Amino acid sequence: MADFNANIPEGELTVKWTKLRSSMPLVNPANKRSIEIVVVGSGLAGASAAATLAEMGYKVKCFCFQDSPRRAHSIAAQGGINAAKNYQNDGDSVYRLFYDTIKGGDYRAREANVHRLAEVSTSIIDQCVAQGVPLAREYGGLLDNRSFGGTQVQRTFYAAGQTGQQLLLGAYSALERQIGMGKVEMFTRHEMLDVVVIEGKARGIIARNLITGELERHFGHAVLLGSGGYGNVFYLSTNAMGSNVTAAWKAHKKGAFFGNPCFTQIHPTCIPVSGDHQSKLTLMSESLRNDGRIWVPKKKDDQRKASDIPEDERDYYLERRYPAFGNLVPRDVASRAAKERCDAGYGVGKSKLAVYLDFAANTERYGRIEATKHNIHNPDKATCVRLGLEVIKEKYGNLFDMYAQITGENPYELPMRIYPAVHYTMGGLWVDYNLMTTIPGLYALGEANFSDHGANRLGASALMQGLADGYFVIPYTIGAYLSKELATKPIPLDHPAFVEAEASVRGILERFVNIKGTKSVDFFHKKLGLIMWEKCGMARNAQGLTEAIAEIQQLRKDFWSDVRVPGVINEFNPELEKAGRVADFIELGELMCIDALNRNESCGGHFREEYQTEEGEALRDDENYAYVAAWEFKEGVKFELHKEELKFENIKIAQRSYK
Amino acid sequence: MSTGNMNLTLKVWRQKDNKAKGSLVDYKLSEISPDMSFLEMFDVLNEQLITKGDEPVVFDHDCREGICGSCSMFINGRPHGPKDLVTTCQLHMRSFKDGDTIVVEPWRAAAFPVIKDLTVDRTAFDRIIAAGGFISVNTGNAQDANALPIPKIQADAAFEAAACIGCGACVATCKNASAMLFTSAKISQLALLPQGQPERYRRAQSMVAQMDAEGFGNCTNTGACEAECPKGISLENIARMNRDFYAAKFVSEEEV
Repeated sequence: MADFNANIPEGELTVKWTKLRSSMPLVNPANKRSIEIVVVGSGLAGASAAATLAEMGYKVKCFCFQDSPRRAHSIAAQGGINAAKNYQNDGDSVYRLFYDTIKGGDYRAREANVHRLAEVSTSIIDQCVAQGVPLAREYGGLLDNRSFGGTQVQRTFYAAGQTGQQLLLGAYSALERQIGMGKVEMFTRHEMLDVVVIEGKARGIIARNLITGELERHFGHAVLLGSGGYGNVFYLSTNAMGSNVTAAWKAHKKGAFFGNPCFTQIHPTCIPVSGDHQSKLTLMSESLRNDGRIWVPKKKDDQRKASDIPEDERDYYLERRYPAFGNLVPRDVASRAAKERCDAGYGVGKSKLAVYLDFAANTERYGRIEATKHNIHNPDKATCVRLGLEVIKEKYGNLFDMYAQITGENPYELPMRIYPAVHYTMGGLWVDYNLMTTIPGLYALGEANFSDHGANRLGASALMQGLADGYFVIPYTIGAYLSKELATKPIPLDHPAFVEAEASVRGILERFVNIKGTKSVDFFHKKLGLIMWEKCGMARNAQGLTEAIAEIQQLRKDFWSDVRVPGVINEFNPELEKAGRVADFIELGELMCIDALNRNESCGGHFREEYQTEEGEALRDDENYAYVAAWEFKEGVKFELHKEELKFENIKIAQRSYK
Repeated sequence: MSTGNMNLTLKVWRQKDNKAKGSLVDYKLSEISPDMSFLEMFDVLNEQLITKGDEPVVFDHDCREGICGSCSMFINGRPHGPKDLVTTCQLHMRSFKDGDTIVVEPWRAAAFPVIKDLTVDRTAFDRIIAAGGFISVNTGNAQDANALPIPKIQADAAFEAAACIGCGACVATCKNASAMLFTSAKISQLALLPQGQPERYRRAQSMVAQMDAEGFGNCTNTGACEAECPKGISLENIARMNRDFYAAKFVSEEEV
């Protein structure tokens, strides 16, 4: 078995990172020049890591499957990025961010990692502002903040509803600067299809040039995966069409353990599915929950228009069930509550699988404030609404436009209809404190790793983690490994391990095009997605999961005998790319169900129907399941469980309450 | 599989690779739902082509929510189709009528060579950014984020310029295939911010030089780029870029 030690530094929680950073072995500048690092992925984690490592003097090769690093899916993050700046003077601190994140993750994350994340969060904002990222400001010229779920302070920095775009373009510009200086070699439209492991260490990758179809071998003293999450295993998700698990999965099959695969985040506020043709789901930012109130009619099957339903016939169920946090409960709690109402028959819209997100009350409230500013005394309702709509437009205009575009309805007049959708995956490659996987020299960053969010991620924390890993963690921790690699000369690309890895990749690609079956790749992907959503989605139970495992195994057989991949391998062939990704999703889907079945408790986004409190809240079993499930891949798509005990030395582990 | 009632004729540009000669090919589609996005309509087409044993149409797309800038179809003579301020992926079939004929071509510009079908090579944009579209601040060099107050109006203006998604619609629509709207958006964003001042003139010069080297045309103030930009990037940015570019000749001490 590979090395499986979390390598958490000794000492007090608050000094672990500082002490480690100060005692970490270094690589001197002259040696850095001869060390090569392969970075796969160019999102927040990959781009920030590639740029920073190049600034430090390493030779970096960066790969992305998109036509430009600027298109990585981090770009689509809307709401914001957390940081413990306490600019609002509302009692925020590193400890509070740490505490909120551990609690939000339902006590299934590693204390030391999360504390480090909270510590470096403030530097991220400094760095991004220095790069010219135009974060929202107040009239005094200082940075503005807003609220996000699961917290009672305002620590979220944002750029309208396009925070991910602006942060990614910041990291992208830092990356392009290094490309322009010749320090990073960029490979766009390249997809990593295997990790090359030599004498137990990651030494490079096999990548496919997506335009020519050619397979390439690339050496690296270390390999970093910033390849994102695997939400597309559900087919329908808020992820981009190309988001995939392939890089992480290939690493898993080469020996990297996969941590907590069943921890998936279902985001409560997405635009509902409109029909069978649907290819993806669109998120409506969590920031909308600042000003939107969520409700359903108190009467089942109420056919009236939302605006015709009087106040006392509406059930503001989040405010009712969770008075302390109200509409700002964490995502897992909000999603489950929506599902509960819809399952009970109170859903709205054609499909009855939706709830209202209503801005009317806050529109009027804003209007009243505006009226006072304009010296309009005793304004009537119409004036308040008119003035309030301008405020709402300024705050959320782009999101409202997007909603109107997709649904054909005007959200300024009608409440939005929303429903939960797959959004993020907390699980990922298992990494130690240094972000190294169980394959020495192979690291995983950002959403690709499992490390910081436990069983549920808080809003605005994904951007924080991606950039923390790339800008401020890996540049230090990688030195510990590379300082011992100074004597390693670049390994020739005709080394048997490279030859063998390339041959095996070629074998798989040829198999795809030679099956010449009758069903498209999407056909299988949709089928997989349906199994996953129904049996390993917002609620799971042992029977459903057992069925799902059998169904997925059958699906895998059908896929490998009946898929039709047109074209050849030596050409630009997106269907072939998809086939590879779906083949990996099918194997991953099975592991997710196995993991969900193994975890006989409910925690965060993992809700096992058998384990709930009388009020329907998640019921954890800390005695038996306070561990990270790290799965090892075995021949024949089998998986072996390893457990990393989670020790809570600084936070008293408790039933999570947002009441 | 689809559930609607629209019947359409598509004329789609098919081109095997960069060297092949392309042509428009006709396809008939039926039962298209008005709730589908334009790209979902293409998914339906491709599913049909694959089932028939034909090669599906290759097109760039990824986020399908209007922010990644991948999608790039020239629809009935307009980049991203008939609606203002939306990308192809956010264009829905309810913007078309039953019985319509829709012509779909790739972006056309010498600096954006066709790779296959509707996919073009836009890496020239990356090289323009690499030439100077950044602030030279290494990780770890930054001061406290609130140490430098920036007036809201200025920050908002910088944000508006920074909203560019790099899709290339501006180039595709311009009769000169000029990349000035794209280039000027980045130059403006950084010129409007105090952090961008130290490299302001050098940046304008090197980015413009790279833009020219890539083979993009010049600007003749037609304004088609602004009209077709899915993110509403303003023509004012070009004026600002030109000012900085010429000012650089006087204030910059270095030859770039």
